[in-house]
Amino acid sequence: MLTIKNLHASVEGKEILRGINLEIKAGEVHAIMGPNGAGKSTLSSIIAGNETYEVTEGEIVLDGEDLSELAPDERAHKGVFLSFQYPVEIPGVSVTNFIKTAINEKRKANGQEEMPANEMLKLIREKSELLEMDRKFLSRSLNEGFSGGEKKRNEIFQMAMLDPKIAILDETDSGLDIDALRIVANGVNKLKNENNAVLVITHYQRLLDYIIPDFVHVLIDGKIVKTGGADLALELEEKGYDWIKQEQEA
Amino acid sequence: MSKYTEDDLKVELENKEYEYGFYTDIESETFPAGLNEDIVRAISKKKNEPEWMTEWRLESFRAWEEMTEPHWANVHYEKPDFQAISYYSAPKKKDKYESLDEVDPELLETFKKLGISIDEQKKLAGVAVDIVMDSVSVATTFKKTLAEKGIIFCSISEAIQEHPELVRQYIGSVVPQRDNFYAALNSAVFSDGSFCYIPKGVRCPMELSTYFRINQGGTGQFERTLVIADEGSYVSYLEGCTAPSRDENQLHAAVVELIALDNAEIKYSTVQNWYPGNKEGKGGVFNFVTKRGLCEKNAKISWTQVETGSAVTWKYPSCVLKGDNSIGEFYSIAVTNNFQQADTGTKMIHLGKNTKSTIISKGISAGKSQNSYRGLVQVSSRADNARNFSQCDSLLMGNNCGAHTFPYIESKNTTAQIEHEATTSKIGEDQVFYCNQRGIPTEKAIALIVNGFSREVLNKLPMEFAVEAQKLLEISLEGSVG
Repeated sequence: MLTIKNLHASVEGKEILRGINLEIKAGEVHAIMGPNGAGKSTLSSIIAGNETYEVTEGEIVLDGEDLSELAPDERAHKGVFLSFQYPVEIPGVSVTNFIKTAINEKRKANGQEEMPANEMLKLIREKSELLEMDRKFLSRSLNEGFSGGEKKRNEIFQMAMLDPKIAILDETDSGLDIDALRIVANGVNKLKNENNAVLVITHYQRLLDYIIPDFVHVLIDGKIVKTGGADLALELEEKGYDWIKQEQEA
Repeated sequence: MSKYTEDDLKVELENKEYEYGFYTDIESETFPAGLNEDIVRAISKKKNEPEWMTEWRLESFRAWEEMTEPHWANVHYEKPDFQAISYYSAPKKKDKYESLDEVDPELLETFKKLGISIDEQKKLAGVAVDIVMDSVSVATTFKKTLAEKGIIFCSISEAIQEHPELVRQYIGSVVPQRDNFYAALNSAVFSDGSFCYIPKGVRCPMELSTYFRINQGGTGQFERTLVIADEGSYVSYLEGCTAPSRDENQLHAAVVELIALDNAEIKYSTVQNWYPGNKEGKGGVFNFVTKRGLCEKNAKISWTQVETGSAVTWKYPSCVLKGDNSIGEFYSIAVTNNFQQADTGTKMIHLGKNTKSTIISKGISAGKSQNSYRGLVQVSSRADNARNFSQCDSLLMGNNCGAHTFPYIESKNTTAQIEHEATTSKIGEDQVFYCNQRGIPTEKAIALIVNGFSREVLNKLPMEFAVEAQKLLEISLEGSVG
């Protein structure tokens, strides 16, 4: 599904990713953990195509197609979804109007007709129920005045609507209380199937209590330095990152 | 698939011709350039006007001669040469048309290009169109339905002939001849425009709509609109404009007067899309308009405008809240791109007790344009408990444009409540990236963000107009974020 080969990237001349290799297969859940400043969010932005970062070497391939030359919206049309750590506000644009536009742009890009209104409504109802969202929420301006939990729930709602191949959850657990965390994780688990994959980027392992990863990767200084199973997350929670750094230096 | 970048997009859009920049080849009768008393008399004669009208024009002309052009607005442009302009141009055909079949097919073609063919308009239930093409009304529809209710909706020339008592009583009553330089000029040479009278207690059953269009090269356009809503009546009036592209600057100095008598309500909506000049700032329409409404007791006037066109705009639709409990509203979206300059806003003059006014102004600047809001809220000593709420929001695109706000507040009554809020924001790369990530291309993302920003005002427009206005916003701002 998604293959990242020897990815190097920098911003303003400063190298942040120093050769990332990652292979995510359909049906898998991967987690990337690491201390602050390791390059976790940079990696997710780059997969989504954010042009703030310069890819200096390497490639990102989705289902055999190199994404490097594609604009962010084209990557989205191919099935890349990023749940933002800090979702932006768009005043005056309702949650419903926004997702409707997104879905129809994706359909247009894939040569499909616009989704009929009744179908859209049905889908919105179904997915908002999955995320236990209040109906009133859907007519509010996108992310404007949303609590941290509402923002993240809205991200996963959009993911549910867009049904991506690869969903990257960037620090989705930050700002969530335990109930919201459960709802969000439950949503992700229900959306998960044999044909898609999830990449969870997180600082803490608590989200991984709910979304169980098949693989856990440790990212330090722009490199994946260790890969293991779900138990690696627990070990990191207990011991922190220093022991891995020491292991590296040794 | 090769990468289509924002730069490519920008180039493509810059090269895109003004969408409505075509020219209709209809024979016109045009006066020689220049302005003097003889020309004023000739215009009046051409239109077969009564003596009082001719005199009124001459008075205005003499006043105008003594006035100088105002320079206080935050706009810079080359002063028009008023002696180089031709002050009268009318399509040659003199007769009015009984049906659409008689209308010049080329004219119909023009409306088709604009996407507002009379045919279409006729089908659009509830819209009567009085089309002003190069100064003389050439087609009026739905007149019959309106006549049944006693509503008069015709060209101002016709009104001068048919309803001289109404015109004589009200013309210049809200915008006096000497009000300002351009109002005086308009009063002297106005070629045509619309007239509307709603009788007592009548609710106009349809939106009244006029499409203006500047067509003949080098002719200034001086429209005169007079809307009178008699006691307890209601009317919604729509005004929409597009003009063909042209190299020299075209002057447009219209005057619109609204009179809302006791308990009457007038809703006046404008979508303005005149040629803004090319991307180097060459050409484009100069739009120096005086619009003002008078509210008697318990009356209400709402101005809603979407301004996307013109090279230079100078326009302040205002309300004189003379009667107690009267209400004035101003909702505006002004978009400037490339080298456009707009100095626009409103005046709310509170004279009566318990008068209320609301101002919502949304300015959107892109390219190298300058967008200014200028508003005056004035509360007189007798206007007890007057209230005003003003909100001015500016949205900037890129780093080369400017947004300016000049709010003036003058209160002579301690019971007045006046609130003013202002914000300035910029379309962020992060907002665009967020939309992109959801599969929304940059151009569409900007349209979405701008529509959201303008929503409070767009919501005030009648439905079919709101759709057109949204399209205009998209066209005007295409490729403006790079």
